[in-house]
Amino acid sequence: MMTMTVQTASTKKERKKGKRWTIHLFPIPALIIYALFVLYPILAALSYSFYSFNGFSRESFVGFNNFITLFTTEPYGSMFLNAFKNNVLYFILQMIVMNGLAFLLAFIIYKKVKGAEFFKIAFFLPRLLSVIVVGFLWKLILNPNFGTLNMLLGKLGLEELQRAWLGDPNTALVSIILVNCWFGLGFGVLIFLAGFQSIPVELVEAAKLDGAKGMTMLRKIYLPLMVPSILIMTVLTFIQSFEAFELVYAMQGSMGEPYFSTDTLAVFFYRLAFGSSTSGSSDAIGLGSALATVLFFFILVCTMVFLKFMNKKEVQM
Amino acid sequence: MKNSSIWSKPFYYVIVFAVATISLYPIFLMFLSSFKTSAEIFKNPLGLPTSFSLDTYRTLWSKIPFDQYFINSVIVSVTSVVLVVLFCSLAAFYIARFKFSWNNAIFFLFLLGMMIPIKLGIVPLFILMRDLGLINSLWSLIFMNIATGTPLTMLILTGFFKTMPMELEEAARMDGAGNLRVLWNVLLPLMRPALGTVIIVNFISAWNDFFFPLIFITEKAKMTIPVGMLSLFGEHSADWGSLFAGLTLASLPMMILFLVASKQFMEGLTAGALK
Repeated sequence: MMTMTVQTASTKKERKKGKRWTIHLFPIPALIIYALFVLYPILAALSYSFYSFNGFSRESFVGFNNFITLFTTEPYGSMFLNAFKNNVLYFILQMIVMNGLAFLLAFIIYKKVKGAEFFKIAFFLPRLLSVIVVGFLWKLILNPNFGTLNMLLGKLGLEELQRAWLGDPNTALVSIILVNCWFGLGFGVLIFLAGFQSIPVELVEAAKLDGAKGMTMLRKIYLPLMVPSILIMTVLTFIQSFEAFELVYAMQGSMGEPYFSTDTLAVFFYRLAFGSSTSGSSDAIGLGSALATVLFFFILVCTMVFLKFMNKKEVQM
Repeated sequence: MKNSSIWSKPFYYVIVFAVATISLYPIFLMFLSSFKTSAEIFKNPLGLPTSFSLDTYRTLWSKIPFDQYFINSVIVSVTSVVLVVLFCSLAAFYIARFKFSWNNAIFFLFLLGMMIPIKLGIVPLFILMRDLGLINSLWSLIFMNIATGTPLTMLILTGFFKTMPMELEEAARMDGAGNLRVLWNVLLPLMRPALGTVIIVNFISAWNDFFFPLIFITEKAKMTIPVGMLSLFGEHSADWGSLFAGLTLASLPMMILFLVASKQFMEGLTAGALK
């Protein structure tokens, strides 16, 4: 009886401080699932790149052999370069077309147009579609014979602009990147708009009183203060460009058709890892892991550089 | 703003209207074409359907088990969202409301996930899922959604937990409430906006996820909508009406939810980037 009372008293005291040991169980489920399905696979992928494989079973340690094969053996070497080049174009075009336009649209909404809420929703709506739906929808629109775009061009008397958008190696990649811009535009608008709205009103008013106008306002006030959101969008666009997979897969298949003109590193990686007629070789998993490792460190290092730049800029302000 | 009349900034309006048209027209076209026969689409792709018929949807159903895909998508999305919010609430409560010396390290570990391109770990993941017997199981998708949703959910919830005054909690503890009671009865009811945000963010990515089901699910009966669509398009069907019907059905649930709560959607999806 005595001991029981003592126990209850001490439990009560501990409860008050919230220091019962059971509290340490709280983060466990999230930690386990996150460690098992995010941390472990990425670390394992890095280690796999140093092994040879036979199908999905790991054989022996081969040092940097997979990396050497990847870069020096055909067709892998030229496939890597070709895909990398496409990823770079993906990034540059999205920065110019998508983020440039998003910046302009955010500025217009910030300047208060009527129906700002409607426009925000309109720009954002495509973002809700599954990427696979986006890909298939545009594949139908861009169809050379029955697609809406060519029909529209015909009605406008612009027959000479009609073409097989996705079938021609000269236009296929650009078409896919522009579809991606259509998908992501509204997100950029919202990020830039939040950036504009966080600029202190007094600052803008003071500059106006000093007689600043138009381009001077943009250069001296808006652009410097928008650097944080510009950098955020740059980082996000960069990561997304170098991970680009779904849209290419949905519209052009795992071979980046036509003639690999729309191939990206992630699609090349998928082809190596989950095979198709091209890989064929039994150590494709090792090669795929080497490619994943290269891509992983490339994204990581570039992101770090961007983020470092971002911190510096923020301190300056 | 002094000049907000519609005629004072014609240039602005031309631009926003033009871009809004480009954003909306393809979606509008998708809905419209889903009620047309293929012949009508080819002959008159831009106009309104001449007669309203649901034939395309019937054809779609006869080609793919859309109701099965829909049920799978709902099961996966709802279970993933419930579990990720539950687990992350527990973990964020621990990190934000207690001062154990390792809390910052755990938080950092979670945030690291935002920079990890997880698709690159797909080979070990495939082997792991195979060894766990989860290939062709909806649980493979649920676990992936929980794991990939955790970093952003932790960021948002931990930030929110930190803003709430300690006194709230102390009063309840005086009355003898334990940790779970404090979390469930005191803190969570005050976190509705943050919970709304994380529910929406996780729901969108779970509903639209295509990559993981592509790798983990090969059995037709276990497919979710995005992967199920693949077989519809794979066969190079000439029946464009039902292709559009499939795209429309895949997008409709998200569109309806968005129109109901557009503000929360837009805030939710940008929250992660701006924190």
